[in-house]
Amino acid sequence: MPDTFKPRTAEETRDAVQWASAEVQPLEVVGTGSKRALGRPVQAGHVLDLSALSGIELYEPAELVLTALAGTPLAEIEAALEAHDQELAFDPIDYGPLLGRPAGEGTVGGLVACNLAGSKRLKHGAARDHILGIEAVSGRGEIFKSGGRVVKNVTGYDLPRALTGSWGTLAVATKITLKVQPRAQTEATFVLTGPAGAEATAAMTAAMGSSAEVSAAAHLPAGIAARLADDGHPLADGPATLLRLEGFGPSVDYRFEALKTLLGGRGGVVRVDGDASRALWRAVRDVRPFVGADTLVWRVSVAPTAGATFLADLAETVAHEAYCDWSGGLVWVSIAGADPCANAVRDSVARVGGGHATLIRAPAPVRTSVPVFQPQAEPLAALSARLKAQFDPHGVLNPGRMGS
Amino acid sequence: MTGIAMPKPDGDVLARRAEIVRALRALVPGEGVIDAEVEMRAYETDALTAYRQLPLVVVLPETVEQVAAVLRYCHENEVKVVPRGAGTSLSGGALPVGDGVLLSMMKFNQVLDIDPDNRAVVVQPGVTNLGITRAVEHLGFYYAPDPSSQIACSIGGNIAENSGGVHCLKYGLTTNNVLGLEMVLVTGEVIRLGGKHLDSEGYDLLALMTGSEGLLGVVTEVTVRILQKPETARAALIGFPTSEDGGQCVADIIGAGIIPGGMEMMDELAINAAEDFVDAGYPREAGALLIVELDGPEAEVDHLLGEVEAIARRNKATSLRVSTSEEERLTFWAGRKAAFPAVGRISPDYLCMDGTIPRKALPDVLTRMRALGEKHGLRCANVFHAGDGNLHPLILYDANQPGQLEAAEAFGADILTLCVEFGGVLTGEHGVGIEKRDLMPEMFTEDDLKQQQRVKCAFDPKQLLNPGKVFPVLHRCAELGRMHVHKGQLPFPDIPRF
Ligand SMILES: Cc1cc2nc3c(=O)[nH]c(=O)nc-3n(C[C@H](O)[C@H](O)[C@@H](O)COP(=O)(O)OP(=O)(O)OC[C@H]3O[C@@H](n4cnc5c(N)ncnc54)[C@H](O)[C@@H]3O)c2cc1C
Ligand SMILES: Cc1cc2nc3c(=O)[nH]c(=O)nc-3n(C[C@H](O)[C@H](O)[C@H](O)COP(=O)(O)OP(=O)(O)OC[C@H]3O[C@@H](n4cnc5c(N)ncnc54)[C@H](O)[C@@H]3O)c2cc1C
Repeated sequence: MPDTFKPRTAEETRDAVQWASAEVQPLEVVGTGSKRALGRPVQAGHVLDLSALSGIELYEPAELVLTALAGTPLAEIEAALEAHDQELAFDPIDYGPLLGRPAGEGTVGGLVACNLAGSKRLKHGAARDHILGIEAVSGRGEIFKSGGRVVKNVTGYDLPRALTGSWGTLAVATKITLKVQPRAQTEATFVLTGPAGAEATAAMTAAMGSSAEVSAAAHLPAGIAARLADDGHPLADGPATLLRLEGFGPSVDYRFEALKTLLGGRGGVVRVDGDASRALWRAVRDVRPFVGADTLVWRVSVAPTAGATFLADLAETVAHEAYCDWSGGLVWVSIAGADPCANAVRDSVARVGGGHATLIRAPAPVRTSVPVFQPQAEPLAALSARLKAQFDPHGVLNPGRMGS
Repeated sequence: MTGIAMPKPDGDVLARRAEIVRALRALVPGEGVIDAEVEMRAYETDALTAYRQLPLVVVLPETVEQVAAVLRYCHENEVKVVPRGAGTSLSGGALPVGDGVLLSMMKFNQVLDIDPDNRAVVVQPGVTNLGITRAVEHLGFYYAPDPSSQIACSIGGNIAENSGGVHCLKYGLTTNNVLGLEMVLVTGEVIRLGGKHLDSEGYDLLALMTGSEGLLGVVTEVTVRILQKPETARAALIGFPTSEDGGQCVADIIGAGIIPGGMEMMDELAINAAEDFVDAGYPREAGALLIVELDGPEAEVDHLLGEVEAIARRNKATSLRVSTSEEERLTFWAGRKAAFPAVGRISPDYLCMDGTIPRKALPDVLTRMRALGEKHGLRCANVFHAGDGNLHPLILYDANQPGQLEAAEAFGADILTLCVEFGGVLTGEHGVGIEKRDLMPEMFTEDDLKQQQRVKCAFDPKQLLNPGKVFPVLHRCAELGRMHVHKGQLPFPDIPRF
């Protein structure tokens, strides 16, 4: 049974990592465990549990800034923001249900470590675009800070962003400062029914290239739209292209009409408002169509217009189900059986102009035997390894999590 | 030069100059290598003109292969390299070093790929910021980050400095608008980060490169995100009795959930200098002037302008005009955009500072700045990116008066220290360069700085790229690699364990 260390302060976190580093005792860095089934299983004899390092330290709505200790539950942060009509504009995905866990888990440290983003990433960016400052403990057991609490800052290298998406393999975050945004007063979803494949991509491209300020664009093929309709979302059976509009009421109405003029000729138009729209996008964001199944799930990032071509290419070799978010740039692929077909998936990505594929859901033995994250070209992989060695020379933080 | 010292040139390298020039000529043919002093003069300073230094030699490569070959040669032969774009850096970031190659990237001036369907453009690093917008405006798009130097500065320099401008409040800085890079490491290896897809994979090296001030690698290709031009843009010109009232108005606008396309403030001295210069119709009697620009669909802009007006009135606005035509909107901006040269007319010299503070600290910081001005016996005009707390105090001085440059520098350092004291940072957009290098310890501990320098070691272990910039003391990488831990003692009996 591994030891679990549960530090209550940055200094205790430092002590634990310093000991681990001196004794070369690998640590598994854990927030709440919501992403336990995501990434490569970690090889570590001890667990560093950050859940006691919790609490919002500073929240200034008029300054659009929030600082919290790394183990603070995301749910607590979202509730605090909601009370002031604000939000995290990058719309972090909740991987819980997809990975067979409850919804609403996860910590702000985990959010940053995984660089979460949801459907609104298209317009607002990911967690990396909203982090302002970080305090962390390096794998050497040294406390350091970088960034700050202001949006404009070029004082030194941008370590907060560089640590975002590093899955806890470079440093253990102890405190995080994020930029927050006012929540939109109203929202509506423009649903275009009919077009599929390349035609749907063309519709999304036209919408994104217009001045309608679409904040999210997804395409659901017939079977998947039907599954969300069965869940109670206002969709019919048949392919559906969803365009999200947010903002001040009159502006949303105006932009909805503009989209109708632009796209109305291409298919049927349905308007979904308010809470129904929000719920629909939550389902898209949290990969609701693949929740509960025992398939393997890939998350594929390609250029927006390449999403549909990628799927057509993949269909030649691998049977799958899929849908696109990010105007085609984010593809969720579900594959039945025990074989994740990693090479086939990545070959298709390469053939449509590049990008990357991450194996999001698969049993641990599968995640140990295939690269979960996209393998990198040689000089880049070597540079990443040198960076890891500078932060964590003894390799004590989450060994094996990102690569073998 | 004044107080800021550059690393001592390496006598051995200076002695090898002829040999180095010959070797570089073999790698970059024709006029790509400049070693005549008169021609090198054009490169001896950037926009921080108080500092000048001739480089060992200037090299202007045209291909990625040439960049790689030059870097590989310099790495193998331990020759320093300073990358350079258009040379508009205000922090001395592109200042040459006497024993190093100045690597100008300005021959990389091609727009390679315009892809409106993916809302992406691929360009070479020497293309100017405005050049990107020019290349796509016929399609209804633009590139959002808009430093005031956008006519001249290169996108490569923008990446190195993470540049920003008026639009950044709503549309983000360079770092939020770059999708991919091709770059050459100091070893001559070429790597690609990101692309037209939205997330780059692995460690976010794109983030590290953006704002790295030429210390980590040389950018040879850039993929940026472009945006559809908003349907309308209108600006409000609002006068206030004091900067404090203006500052409160800014806070209230943001507090109401409104994120303007731009929100800029000027103080009395700057207002009058600008008005003398361009006749923009600014209210001369106002203590502070706020320009608020709203962009988007017309219905939204009209609606929000109404709200902004109401908020301004509640904050004691003494004058308020809303632009009714594109021409008028541009006139409102003309004064702000010309503020620097305008101030240049009321003083023989000025030093442009660049710090950021939390917005709410503005009134206190302004009060303290006034006191500092008295202490140093110099005047200061203020223009701010009010929406994001980025201050640009312009310190007026006369270089011909003995001691005034030194006083201006000391005043500037005090202002930046003040920014840090109020929870802000030393530089918002101009970079650390040489200018703020020695102030870094005001903001960072020894361990903070060590971690930064270790990042440098991962990219450039011999520390040959842009030396003397950003970090006050150069630690050798080997020394930074040492670990100081007490082995064996059973640690932290106090930390809860399970
Ligand atoms: C009993 C047990 C069994 C486990 N089994 C598995 C398993 O089978 N497979 C597996 O992959 N993992 C397993 N884990 C590891 C652990 O669940 C994951 O490493 C981690 O994702 C859980 O953190 P979280 O849910 O809070 O997720 P998040 O908080 O969302 O964290 C996700 C990622 O962020 C990192 N992270 C979280 N907080 C910080 C921080 N403050 N600073 C830096 N990085 C941070 C984590 O290391 C992880 O990489 C197990 C852990 C325990 C305790
Ligand atoms: C009048 C004026 C107004 C300004 N307004 C603003 C403003 O509003 N906002 C703002 O952010 N800045 C502003 N600046 C500062 C300056 O324009 C920016 O920092 C700009 O990004 C510098 O670009 P450059 O091409 O001139 O780079 P240079 O000055 O040549 O170099 C700047 C830094 O970039 C590095 N570099 C250049 N090219 C490369 C490359 N290809 N690869 C790697 N490193 C490279 C250099 O080593 C150096 O460290 C202003 C400057 C002036 C003179």
